[in-house]
Amino acid sequence: MGVQTYIEAVRSTLADEMRRDDSIVVLGEDVGKKGGVFLATDGLFDEFGGERVLDTPLSESLIVGASIGMAVNGLRPVPEIQFADFIFPAFNQILSEAARMRYRSNGVVSLPMTIRAPYGGGVHGALYHSQSVEAFFAHIPGLKVVIPSTPYDVRGLLRSAIRSDDPVLFFEHKKMYRSVRGDVPDTDYTVPLGSAKVTREGSDVTVVGYGLMAYYALEAADLLESEGVSAEVVDLRTLRPLDGETLLNSVAKTGKCVIAYEDNRFGGYGAEVAAILAEEGFDYLDGPVLRVTGPDVPGVPYNHVLEDWFMPNPDRIAEAVRRLAAY
Amino acid sequence: MAATRTEQKAGGELGADLGLSREDLLEMYRLMVITRAVDERMWILNRAGKIPFVISGQGHEGAQVGIAYGLRKGHDWMVPYYRSVASLITFGMTPREIMLAQFAKAVDPSSGGRQMPGHYGVFERNILSVSSPVATQLLHATGIAYAAKVRGTGQVAITYIGEGSSNQGDFHEGLNFAGIHRLPVIYVVENNGFAISVPMALQSAVEDIAVRGAGYNMPGIVVDGSNVLECYRQAKAAIERARNGDGPTLIEAKVTRLTAHSSDDQHTKYRTQEDIDAEKERDPLPRFRDQLRDAGLLDAEGEERMLAESRRVVEDATDWAETQPDPDPATAQRHVYADAPPARMDDALWESERFMGDGGPVRGERGETGRVGERH
Repeated sequence: MGVQTYIEAVRSTLADEMRRDDSIVVLGEDVGKKGGVFLATDGLFDEFGGERVLDTPLSESLIVGASIGMAVNGLRPVPEIQFADFIFPAFNQILSEAARMRYRSNGVVSLPMTIRAPYGGGVHGALYHSQSVEAFFAHIPGLKVVIPSTPYDVRGLLRSAIRSDDPVLFFEHKKMYRSVRGDVPDTDYTVPLGSAKVTREGSDVTVVGYGLMAYYALEAADLLESEGVSAEVVDLRTLRPLDGETLLNSVAKTGKCVIAYEDNRFGGYGAEVAAILAEEGFDYLDGPVLRVTGPDVPGVPYNHVLEDWFMPNPDRIAEAVRRLAAY
Repeated sequence: MAATRTEQKAGGELGADLGLSREDLLEMYRLMVITRAVDERMWILNRAGKIPFVISGQGHEGAQVGIAYGLRKGHDWMVPYYRSVASLITFGMTPREIMLAQFAKAVDPSSGGRQMPGHYGVFERNILSVSSPVATQLLHATGIAYAAKVRGTGQVAITYIGEGSSNQGDFHEGLNFAGIHRLPVIYVVENNGFAISVPMALQSAVEDIAVRGAGYNMPGIVVDGSNVLECYRQAKAAIERARNGDGPTLIEAKVTRLTAHSSDDQHTKYRTQEDIDAEKERDPLPRFRDQLRDAGLLDAEGEERMLAESRRVVEDATDWAETQPDPDPATAQRHVYADAPPARMDDALWESERFMGDGGPVRGERGETGRVGERH
């Protein structure tokens, strides 16, 4: 298969899975003839038809709520929320219904469904096309939350998500859609949900990230290398369930940890990572756990100067690593 | 002889145009009587301190039995709400299963004792589990109907809400989608005039929720919920439309709520005693009983037999359910995910303290302690 962009990996995996399993349906706003506003579903309508690649009304609660019913009655829906920012009308269906169905039915009802949504900033999307919403969903037992950072992981994780019998939130960083490319083997490999990956070995400081921040962490590590600072990068890949073993093993080795996440700082997913390190990794730590995050303002502002001010980047990650390495 | 012939003739006429036999009519009444007996027992158990919560369907039974009676059990799908006991018993749930939910026992098929009473669902019977946020289930029924259509199963999905819930956004989103795709789904609004305490005049700008069907290109039908056979007639037509690919129907059954909203509600704060007493005139049970009597299908002896049977059924269900074991707290973490034990940090029994003192992991010993190798 060779080299694919991040979004090509999404699209080709959806097509592969739909060929493999005819119970899979894709639904959402503009996913049909248009192929999605980012073209993540481009070509699926022509190949699989309008019943399996379904343009919905602008009704996010319906997109998720009807997916729950489809999953109950023999389908395996892969709903798309056009932007993660617009998922909140469906929040009740995700929190009160999808996440709880198995638990409240005492294990009888399964909801195999993967909710895909592009998230993240750095694309001039302002307050309502840039949000990182993963913390809301990672908080909820019953949901799995996945954020890939490479085309390889997009394919492996999306396969695992679609084949999972649990509801999965699959967040794709929209800035990476066309800016990130990588090798993908032409095989039916999967990447198991709940497995983080050390994407760069290092000895001085562990940098933990996911999505765009996992990518930026590698760039930061490159910057630091010439300065003689050795950063190890852990790409979490799945936020829930979290691979604590890989996280703790890395911090046991380096003794120091920077967590990068694009969401607002307060109560973001990285706060949970820091809490785990404080509780379980305290004996390993040789310095404070630092976070590089978006600031605590209610959204990503539009003007490019303001957006740059908001977004964590490789330089900011590198600066935190320098400070911590010198601690 | 003449009188008997007359009775038989009248009995033949009642329900004949609907294809209902004498046995059907008596069975429908029996379902109502048993449901009422189960419901009344729930309140007694609540007052006796044996179950903390009751939510009741008294006054709704006629509409529920009439509407559900024409469904195909085990084939069609029912997505109920918390007053749906008569619908559920008509669709195959047993009084024992209803009572297990009241007592929240381990073998309760609705939730294994995890949900409050009233939150029914038996997946093997094609009855989907219901939650407390209202109207969410409309979208589940809509998706079930979409899957039925795509898969060509010939199933009909039916779902129920109160009129209060018809003001939720999910009502609009679900009916609109079903209208677009002509889905085999029936939306039943059981309008008892109150959203807990708020009267219809403050809930809706229109008197009949059914008129909203026009906005979704589906028939919107108002039916007197105390008229069992009329409810059956309208539902039968809706089921046929759905089965034939002619799309969804919105049925609004005007019913009465003979009890408070729930065991935690004091309805005399917002209804006068005179109004409450007057509502008893709309109780579907005596009305249907009188129809059966007038048709010569039910005499005093037959009715007494039916009441005695319902008492036996309720005694059995109550006594049996009450003696079933409670769920074991050791099972309370099960069924969060399909394919895994509780994820490492999802473990509610996990406590920071176990990492303190002698039990704490020491650098370099992690492999031996295994404490950090517990992710699934």
